[in-house]
Amino acid sequence: MISIQNVHKSFGDLEVLKGVSLDVNDGEVVSIIGGSGSGKSTLLYCINAIENIQKGKIIVDGVDVHSKETNKDKMRQKLGMVFQQWNSFPHMTVLENAALAPRIVKKMSKAESIEIAKKELVHVGLGDKFDVYPTKMSGGQQQRLAIARALAMKPDCMLFDEVTSALDPELVGEVLDTLRLLADEGMTMICVTHEMGFARDVSDRVAYFHEGVIAEIGEAKQVITDPQNPLTQKFLSKVR
Amino acid sequence: MEYEFHWNIVFQNMPELLNGAFVTLHVSVLAMLLGIVIAILLAIVKMNNSKPFCYVATTWVEIARNTPALFQIYMAYFGLGALGIHLSPYVAVLSALVFINAGYLTETFRGGFQSIPSTQYSASKSLGMTSLQLYRYIILPQMLRRIYHPMTNQFVWSILMSSLGILVGMSELSGTTQRLQSSSFRTLEFFMVAAVMYFIITKLVLLGSSLISRKLFKGEIG
Amino acid sequence: MNFITPLSWDDTGFILTGIMNTVTISVVAIVLGTLLGLIVGFMRAESSRVVNALFGGLLDILRSVPLIIQLVLFSTFIGAMGHPLNPFVAGSIILSLYTMAFMSEVFRSGFESVHQSMMTSARSLGMTYWQTIFYIRLPIGLRAVFPSWLGVALSVIKDSALVSVIGYMELLRTSEQLISRTQQPLMILIGVGIFYFIISYPLSSYGRYVERKMTT
Repeated sequence: MISIQNVHKSFGDLEVLKGVSLDVNDGEVVSIIGGSGSGKSTLLYCINAIENIQKGKIIVDGVDVHSKETNKDKMRQKLGMVFQQWNSFPHMTVLENAALAPRIVKKMSKAESIEIAKKELVHVGLGDKFDVYPTKMSGGQQQRLAIARALAMKPDCMLFDEVTSALDPELVGEVLDTLRLLADEGMTMICVTHEMGFARDVSDRVAYFHEGVIAEIGEAKQVITDPQNPLTQKFLSKVR
Repeated sequence: MEYEFHWNIVFQNMPELLNGAFVTLHVSVLAMLLGIVIAILLAIVKMNNSKPFCYVATTWVEIARNTPALFQIYMAYFGLGALGIHLSPYVAVLSALVFINAGYLTETFRGGFQSIPSTQYSASKSLGMTSLQLYRYIILPQMLRRIYHPMTNQFVWSILMSSLGILVGMSELSGTTQRLQSSSFRTLEFFMVAAVMYFIITKLVLLGSSLISRKLFKGEIG
Repeated sequence: MNFITPLSWDDTGFILTGIMNTVTISVVAIVLGTLLGLIVGFMRAESSRVVNALFGGLLDILRSVPLIIQLVLFSTFIGAMGHPLNPFVAGSIILSLYTMAFMSEVFRSGFESVHQSMMTSARSLGMTYWQTIFYIRLPIGLRAVFPSWLGVALSVIKDSALVSVIGYMELLRTSEQLISRTQQPLMILIGVGIFYFIISYPLSSYGRYVERKMTT
């Protein structure tokens, strides 16, 4: 479903992605782990065309993301992305937050967009918070709102960029549970994460990023518990 | 375009114009200095909430901030005049500017002081500092950084507002310009030069202020 | 000394004209200044450094020359060029530009205060650039600057008194004339002061209230 082919990306003189290739299939959950600065988040930003690439190709559902003919706004509707900072729209209620994009981007009617929003909010466990303003909720709840907001666009694939890193420890669980739920439902997911337990138990495959390339990739349980590459071993020993 | 520009007369009268600019500057500086002193007192009174002085302070501040500057100048010049207190144009404008500056600066100082988080106090006290040390090394320096920019703006405001002296016959830059142009009929030239002079004065003040802030704060807070 | 003398019917009408004129020119300047300031502030927040610097320079001039000088200069200039305008129009133009200079700063900082990450999130949902501006950056930015906007608006009302120098009969000028007629400077001035105060104080208190609520 997503094919990343030999992608190179630089910020000015600094090359951050040095030839990354990865294929993600429908319904697959891939976790990306690695140290900070290794380029993992940048890869997600490139898939979503928030950042451009200097070399290589990213194909999403048969469409070349970075080609000039591609309508990037339309393409982003197929990919849902959730960030480390939940970025709730503070001037709208929870329901309005989730219903906004379906209404103005997909041009759905107000009633339809509200219905979809409600469904996804219940899906992530925020069914009792429709008329609340996000700033009155905990970080975990706002992050789940961000997930529901992205789900309301009915994406084919979800990209998660360290979505639990900014949360207090006791709130991490509820967000991970939501991710687990989505995985069980068959959503295609690429998760950049520091949560090794999640990577091991919920993902199908795990990729270890090191200095702009994938140093090791394989079946989730195997990579986390029995890494083959010494670089991976070193990283995991520090994180344990 | 029918108008013929005659700049000579303006340049001939430059010394007088410069004198006017000088008056503008010293009335503004005085207005700031006196305003600052009074504002410190008013701020302390307001923060300590000591009635009845607190009411006086609040009244002062609110009148200064909610009525036009020109109105306050007229009160000082004509209003007091009706009560038998005849102030010269200079003193009237100065008094009004002091009154207004004191009003605005009180709120600036109060805001600057209250914006320092209480954790600064507890941290310093737990290190064993006395109250005097606390204020001297921790509170006042931080306050200074927060009020510096608003104070610069207030000074620039004083300079620009001193131009109202023109309406009560004061001999600052605008008043001088007015006098000179009315006798020579070269209104446009004189006022254009006056505008440029104000612009230069303002720019110099802002430049000076940023240089001083760089020296004082060594580039901490932009 | 007579402190309070009742005003004749004519005089009251006269003062009311002054009040009307003050209100009219203030409203015009606030509305135009806000609209222009919004546009300029937005452009400065979203543009390159060059555009920013160009506008910045022009706005700088408007804020570095006293309003009185700007008014006199403008009215003399257009008179000398052979196209005199009546005091209301000339005064409105200068006062609006003056207001715009301050409003654009207010709005620019408002727009810039909306974090880029919020915009990125919005674009990830598939919104176009203009949709993110209209639905996210504008509403959030404008809400944040309401107290500052109010502050500038109140200043404009007070500064409107200066338009009298080019012959506009606003409140302070009409009261001046009344004073010379009735020789009651104190009573009339105090009355005028109370008028400005009644408009300004409640609004500025409200502005401070909103500001306090926004920071908690």
